[in-house]
Amino acid sequence: MIKNISNLGDAAIYCDFGTEVNETINSEVIKYFNYLSDVIKERKIEGITNLTPSYNKLIISFDLGITNFSNIKKKIENLKIEDSKKQSSKKVKIPVCCDDKYGLDFKRLSEKLSLPKEEILKLYLDKEYFCYMTGFIAGMPFLGDLDKNIRCDRLETPRVKVPKGSVGITEQFANIYTFESPGGWNVIGSTPKKIFKKENINDPVLIKPGDKVIFYEITNEEYLNWNE
Amino acid sequence: MSEVYLEILRSGINTTAQDCGRKHLYHIGITVSGAMDLRNHKLANALVANKTEEPSIEFAYQGPLLKLKNGKINFAITGDVAFKIVRKNSMVEEGKCYQNYLLESDDQLDIISTKKSVYGYLSVSGGFKFKKTWNSFSVNTKANIGPNNGKKYSIGEKIFIKNHENLKIKEKKINYTNPTNNLIRVLKGTNFNYFSNDSQNKFFKDEYLITNLTDRMGMRLKGSILENIKSTNIKSEGLIKGVVQVPADGNPIILLNDHGTIGGYPKIGVVISADLDRVAQLPPGTSIKFKEVSLVEAENLFKNYLSETNKYLNAIN
Repeated sequence: MIKNISNLGDAAIYCDFGTEVNETINSEVIKYFNYLSDVIKERKIEGITNLTPSYNKLIISFDLGITNFSNIKKKIENLKIEDSKKQSSKKVKIPVCCDDKYGLDFKRLSEKLSLPKEEILKLYLDKEYFCYMTGFIAGMPFLGDLDKNIRCDRLETPRVKVPKGSVGITEQFANIYTFESPGGWNVIGSTPKKIFKKENINDPVLIKPGDKVIFYEITNEEYLNWNE
Repeated sequence: MSEVYLEILRSGINTTAQDCGRKHLYHIGITVSGAMDLRNHKLANALVANKTEEPSIEFAYQGPLLKLKNGKINFAITGDVAFKIVRKNSMVEEGKCYQNYLLESDDQLDIISTKKSVYGYLSVSGGFKFKKTWNSFSVNTKANIGPNNGKKYSIGEKIFIKNHENLKIKEKKINYTNPTNNLIRVLKGTNFNYFSNDSQNKFFKDEYLITNLTDRMGMRLKGSILENIKSTNIKSEGLIKGVVQVPADGNPIILLNDHGTIGGYPKIGVVISADLDRVAQLPPGTSIKFKEVSLVEAENLFKNYLSETNKYLNAIN
């Protein structure tokens, strides 16, 4: 349920579903997102230009030349979200190489968490993750939740360039840098798998909100010879 | 018949194809992109009788040096831009923005620089020969989407132009002065109350300097440190163009067209839609001031902005 609706600037609506991060609240957000995506396709509400679901918020951007805040707000409040369409969710397996040349922050993590690299890796690989959202850069998945023993803050100074393919962790979350980008997550390895394929015009993103993700370890040789 | 194209003899600093932007893809991390100054993008197109949705070439600070091959085109440049035309017989003509010119095969167009602004736009009659990706011609250099493999132009590359042999373009010109006012109007952001009373006051009272760390992604400002009394991180959530976010160091950042779609810094304000073109054009070294307006005021100011844009578009047609 949306707890509060407010404006974000003059051309977006900020739907607040709560402050906690968990699958229940996130599934609510995704339900609204899916419903509204269909509404937009069927042109039942004019002027919406973007929907951005996140852990517990949904931002609806609109064209201020066509509509405005109070118009869209009224329509959102009157929506009757039908739960008929079950979210499609799939399981994705992601290969990662965690050799030191890819796992840039194991030293820092070992010190902060007082755990050896092997233990951190075991706890990381031993879990199935839920995809809460994608974004920041094209196709980047935000996954959770990490084992409580390997949760760690961001780097004090973010990297200017995190290499493409890097897999990172911070707080209760894991991610994959689908492109080279600035970033502050602790990098523990790299995947050779393409997560974002612009050639797949209709479906460019491999991991979508609601999907389950499992990481498995590969050797550097397998990494270098990876072929899709 | 040979294809008409512009050969790039000098690329300029940040020369890309842009249009009105890409929609409906925030949820997979693809940002809006598009012309930083939408009005000038539209005016450039109108001056060569193109639809406003056609792509234009956007450049920043220093523009490209281009040589036309295999044809005849009309072109127009908008913004606050110094440029000249070097005819194939070596005659040099000083260029003026907001009017169209004829360019013939082997003539060169030297877009020297923007003056008291950042971005300028070049449109050509018939339009550039680009393919749309996700319904837009805009280049997104982060994800390499759009014309020229989603990259800035480099020396030696070619920009192809659609053939349009029989197109006769009337001389078109308008008088337009780019606004340079440095008062930026904002609405309070969703985390405005994360900041101390003192900082809330300073945000609207003090001047903020636009630093060199400014590009199509965003504009980093320096000024009175904005003290966060609640939490310097929020759970990551969606962002939009115009958001003024404040990282832990207390210096605000205005997000622009190529911003990340999700972020976790508190939002102290959001620049109103009517001021987005103007803010993007303010060069580093400019001091700006924020002024709070209400949502109703912001909506009315946008109506004025749109009707003014249309007034100029109509004056051309």
